[in-house]
Amino acid sequence: MASNDSTSKTIIVALALCIVCSVFVSTAAVMLRPAQQLNKDLDRKTNILAAAGMLKPGVSVDEQFANVTTRAVDMKTGKFTDAVDVSSYDQRKSAKVPSMSTDLSEDEDIAKIGRRADYALVYIVEGDSGIDKVILPIKGYGLWSTLYGFIALESDLNKVAGLGFYEHAETPGLGGEVDNPSWKAKWVGKETYGEDNKAVLTVIKGAVDNTRPEASHQVDGLSGATLTSRGVDNLIKFWMGDNGFAPFLANLRAGEA
Amino acid sequence: MATKTKDVLLNPIFDNNPIALQILGICSALAVTSSLQVSFVMCVALTLVTAFSSMFVSMIRNHIPSSIRIIVQMTIIASLVIVVDQILKAVAYDISKQLSVFVGLIITNCIVMGRAEAYAMKNPPIPSFLDGIGNGLGYSVILLVLAFIRELFGSGKLFGFEILPLASNDGWYVPNGLLLLPPSAFFLIGLFIWALRSWKKSQVEAPEYKIAPNTPKGEVA
Repeated sequence: MASNDSTSKTIIVALALCIVCSVFVSTAAVMLRPAQQLNKDLDRKTNILAAAGMLKPGVSVDEQFANVTTRAVDMKTGKFTDAVDVSSYDQRKSAKVPSMSTDLSEDEDIAKIGRRADYALVYIVEGDSGIDKVILPIKGYGLWSTLYGFIALESDLNKVAGLGFYEHAETPGLGGEVDNPSWKAKWVGKETYGEDNKAVLTVIKGAVDNTRPEASHQVDGLSGATLTSRGVDNLIKFWMGDNGFAPFLANLRAGEA
Repeated sequence: MATKTKDVLLNPIFDNNPIALQILGICSALAVTSSLQVSFVMCVALTLVTAFSSMFVSMIRNHIPSSIRIIVQMTIIASLVIVVDQILKAVAYDISKQLSVFVGLIITNCIVMGRAEAYAMKNPPIPSFLDGIGNGLGYSVILLVLAFIRELFGSGKLFGFEILPLASNDGWYVPNGLLLLPPSAFFLIGLFIWALRSWKKSQVEAPEYKIAPNTPKGEVA
């Protein structure tokens, strides 16, 4: 047998190793894919329900998701569309594709997201009398990272039913407190739109003075996390504003979506 | 033989600890130890990868051409890590999300490759496997100690259960935010190494130089 260091032996060992390893890795990947897909879906549904404040422990997520309808919205017209398939559409991916998204000018881009996907997936929770809640995807830049989350509005399309972020990398203990349940609870019942349907919901620095009339659309800032709070404020203003979901919500209110 | 097996398995825990003595694998020890649950999964993943990669490397050690041996070891380690990552995504999705990139970074964890190169290339498969397990355990001990301290005092919890009632939930404990940040692990590892070397004096390294006494006055050139 040729010595270990001969050229032919080196090539044979390298080739054999590559083949064995690639077969091993691809078998594992293919066999585990269905389970991973299931987990991903479950995770997405859990995030949506948690944001809407509807997640009940002990009940299967799929069961809870049964009365939620996923619809695609054309962000330019603010109307429902069938241009994309809701089961396979990936909003986060298409925000990066030039043909599927709109470049935002510096003035428009207060949430610092760069591009906005042309189609957004929204989740309609059906109640006994039509729409019970609407859950909208939101994202924006905080201090270190982009925060991805959902905001849920009550059937009047104005009062907040819940807010939650499912992905971010803000400082644990400071900006990371966006995950704190007691802070998230402060959003519930706040009003998104004021007179003339202007988006007024805002995160302020410090605590809200409940005796003031504007308290109904103000949320306490996170202490020690000014920049994360400002990021959340900006992303709420963006997504609730004219470049965000305001046209869609106006259409929905008028029954023309 | 029995004592040798025991040595291979248990020596890395305190006598030849990969983190405290060999100072390997620090980066993941800083990154994933802010919660016990995540650290625990990381430990299991790393121990399995180290053990199996050492075993496979050892099985083919007599056929590995020395010119490509590092690449061969790397390929084996990388394949195992990808498989572990895929399994985690399939069975423990939440934890794999928290570990995110650090599972993939096991590939670059010096412990795994260090053991493959230093031990598995020269020893038969079974001792290599045990050596991998032992070093994985050595890594795990430090990670779990760090995670215990960091999670308990950083967020008042252990394995996600609240142990110290938090001030933000009407308790009395104000968590120490520094402990949740990676630098705190650095200080803790330092303290751990200090404690270990005070206990086992043989681990103290000889100083590389001595501080010379001040030159007496008048002899200045």
